[in-house]
Amino acid sequence: MSPLRRLLRTPEAVAGAIILAALIAMALSASLLFPGDPQAIAGSALLPPFQDWSLPLGTDRLGRNVLAELFHGARTSLAVGLAAAAAALAIGAVIGTLAGFAGGLADEVLMRITDAFQTVPGFLLALAFVSVVGPSLGIVVIAIALGTWPGPARIARAEILSIRERDYVASARAIGMHPLEIAFREVLPNALPPVLAMSSVIVAAAILTEAALSFLGLGDPNRVTWGGMISEGRAVLRTAPFLSIIPGLALVLTVLGVYLAGEGIAETTAVRRGLS
Amino acid sequence: MTAFASIRDLTVTYRRDSGEVAALKTISLDIMAGERLAVIGESGSGKSTLALAIAGLLPASARIDGRIDWFLRPSSTLGAKAPPLSGRTEGGVTELQPFKSEIGKIPLGGRDIGFIFQDPSASLDPVMTVGKQIAEVARAHLDLTWPQAYAKAKTLFERVRLPDPDSALRAFPHQLSGGQKQRVAIAAAIAAGPKLLIADEATSALDTIVQAEIVALIRRLVAEDGMTLLFVSHDIALAAELADRIAVFRHGELVELGTTAQIVSVPTQAYTRALLDAHIGLDAEPLLNRPRLDA
Amino acid sequence: MSLLAISNLSRSYRRGGKTIVAVDDVSFHIEPGETLALAGPSGSGKSTIARLVLRLIEPDAGRIEFEGSNFLALEGSALRAPRTRLQMVFQDPLAAFNPRATVARVLDDPLRIHGIASRSERPRSIAALLERVGLPADLTARAIHEISGGQRQRVAIARAIATKPSLIVLDEAVSALDVSVRGQILELLLDLQRQERIAYLFISHDLGVVRAIAHRIVLLDGGRIAESGDARAVIDAPQSAIGKALLAAAPRLHRTSPQDT
Repeated sequence: MSPLRRLLRTPEAVAGAIILAALIAMALSASLLFPGDPQAIAGSALLPPFQDWSLPLGTDRLGRNVLAELFHGARTSLAVGLAAAAAALAIGAVIGTLAGFAGGLADEVLMRITDAFQTVPGFLLALAFVSVVGPSLGIVVIAIALGTWPGPARIARAEILSIRERDYVASARAIGMHPLEIAFREVLPNALPPVLAMSSVIVAAAILTEAALSFLGLGDPNRVTWGGMISEGRAVLRTAPFLSIIPGLALVLTVLGVYLAGEGIAETTAVRRGLS
Repeated sequence: MTAFASIRDLTVTYRRDSGEVAALKTISLDIMAGERLAVIGESGSGKSTLALAIAGLLPASARIDGRIDWFLRPSSTLGAKAPPLSGRTEGGVTELQPFKSEIGKIPLGGRDIGFIFQDPSASLDPVMTVGKQIAEVARAHLDLTWPQAYAKAKTLFERVRLPDPDSALRAFPHQLSGGQKQRVAIAAAIAAGPKLLIADEATSALDTIVQAEIVALIRRLVAEDGMTLLFVSHDIALAAELADRIAVFRHGELVELGTTAQIVSVPTQAYTRALLDAHIGLDAEPLLNRPRLDA
Repeated sequence: MSLLAISNLSRSYRRGGKTIVAVDDVSFHIEPGETLALAGPSGSGKSTIARLVLRLIEPDAGRIEFEGSNFLALEGSALRAPRTRLQMVFQDPLAAFNPRATVARVLDDPLRIHGIASRSERPRSIAALLERVGLPADLTARAIHEISGGQRQRVAIARAIATKPSLIVLDEAVSALDVSVRGQILELLLDLQRQERIAYLFISHDLGVVRAIAHRIVLLDGGRIAESGDARAVIDAPQSAIGKALLAAAPRLHRTSPQDT
């Protein structure tokens, strides 16, 4: 477990890990602590925080429990962020690998497609996609992944181009290994670490994009989301600012946590590479 | 002959994940003024660690015990600013703190000690012309103006016999061959007129012909400038061609030290004998002709 | 019939707008069980020829016949079968293995790909291969980066002989090794050659080693053959300029007159 111990030596990583752990705990305990529909009315409307200890963070315009919404919102944020990032990394890695390996015309075509996706702002792409197909959790995930995969694809392709010239790839060809096996067993696992190093940035961006979509009313209407909460709170921003501030803070902390943890991981792996 | 540097009980320990590894174990050795001393050994012998320790280039994580006493006459330009050649030399003086310097002064990396690494590409900046890199070294160590420094660089390029020194000044490292890059690295190493030149496997990455040329160049420069040479190599035959004395290292220990003739002809240690036997020279009996061991 | 016959092989590549002829109209042949050395300074085309012979790169012109068939005509899966008979060992054994690999995996690959041993037999085959190259069987679980350079090169040889090849290309295969280890590896190669009649294309810049192990030599200079013939005869009295230069440059333990410039 020495990598983990090394990770915990960097203070940023520890801070990030604590925030992420708290977030995951929130997401996992949401239905235990707040069973039932978080969108059900729990008390009188617009109760400020820290007044009633059965509703510690108060209620919103419709009298919904803000704390319960926050917990359930953590679920959506994390689920969408992780799923979208995973999807973007998977698509990017596969396309980058194919382009890097195939070379020639296939490479050209795939990279021009990548260019096309990269030139359209990711958020606009997600916006357009969701408004055409309709908002649901799965669609939001796909929409975010659509705008994010070109980054990992480019890095994967660059790594592949460098690794495919190494001796061990020549060695694999010399023993007659099938090109697909070379691609997916010899090259890809060694090309992935730099791609995965992007994951923290991608997760953070995906969480923000999801919040923005929800803010614009394009999130899954059946789920509580932090973006949706901020949007809800906007109507009463003057009288009850906490309704926007609380989910906003949660969002900031989450993105910060993901980013710090990712930096910590990247740093420890870099140190390990430097040593070996 | 007088001693130039005197190494006493030098022990260098590297910290690794798996614990501490002693790269050098209580080494005592005198480097004579003006001699060509070869340090030879196989991988893990500690020969490169010795070179780095003498040059004060060991990483900060290395623990150094023992002492190196220098017998340097204070140079006339003492006190002039002498920024390190590269990031690795940084703190060269502070890292030498465990060493006591009783006579003379602690040498400055880059000024009193020139260091030639195995891979010249790694010690040259890929996006700067080699002329500027050498001029910068000359400027830093010798307090020259830029035009003077460029003139010095050109003289140095002539001394290391780079073909067409004028265009070489404007070349980038990638435009030069391996041997030419090593000549540039040698020019950088001798730019400040060092008293000690350390070549750490300086010819190992080169082919036989270029290797012979570089060895001849080092021999000539050392003779012309009266430098002391520490030549680190895995190749006992190459060491024998160049050195006055040979120090044989194994597993961080000094196995044998003697004149080249003695080491090559009448080694006292079994390991030295084994190294000599393992050398496959042009006069060796071909392995093909040997009877089968299991026949 | 020659095991490998190369005729009029040429290959050039472009670098920075300039065309560099790496291999220029090279022809030679290798007989079964023979060691042919390719020697020359860097840039003489030695390694390019190695890669051409293995079809890791394609020639611009020329012909390669291996075991009696036109090796250049084979494509895709048709090429993978004869690869069992033609193997390669690289200079840097660390770079020649996937950094994530274990010894077992490295040796398992050729056995699996060519169906040489069934899944259940493979551990036994791997142990036998390790024994064949003088390594303990308990090395299998170790990662490639954990074992010593000499052990790694033995593993590389074990991998090369797993498919029972008739020719192994050794590209500076002993150059990066410590001298004591180098002798052992050369002995191992000779031993394998005698027992299995494997031919070697031995690429090296070290004339001492070439003279000790090769039957014949091809001296290259600038992509062209400068001289060829019996290894000892050529090295003891080279006729070409490059042969003389290589000989003069080779370090010697006892040189009568020190050379100075």
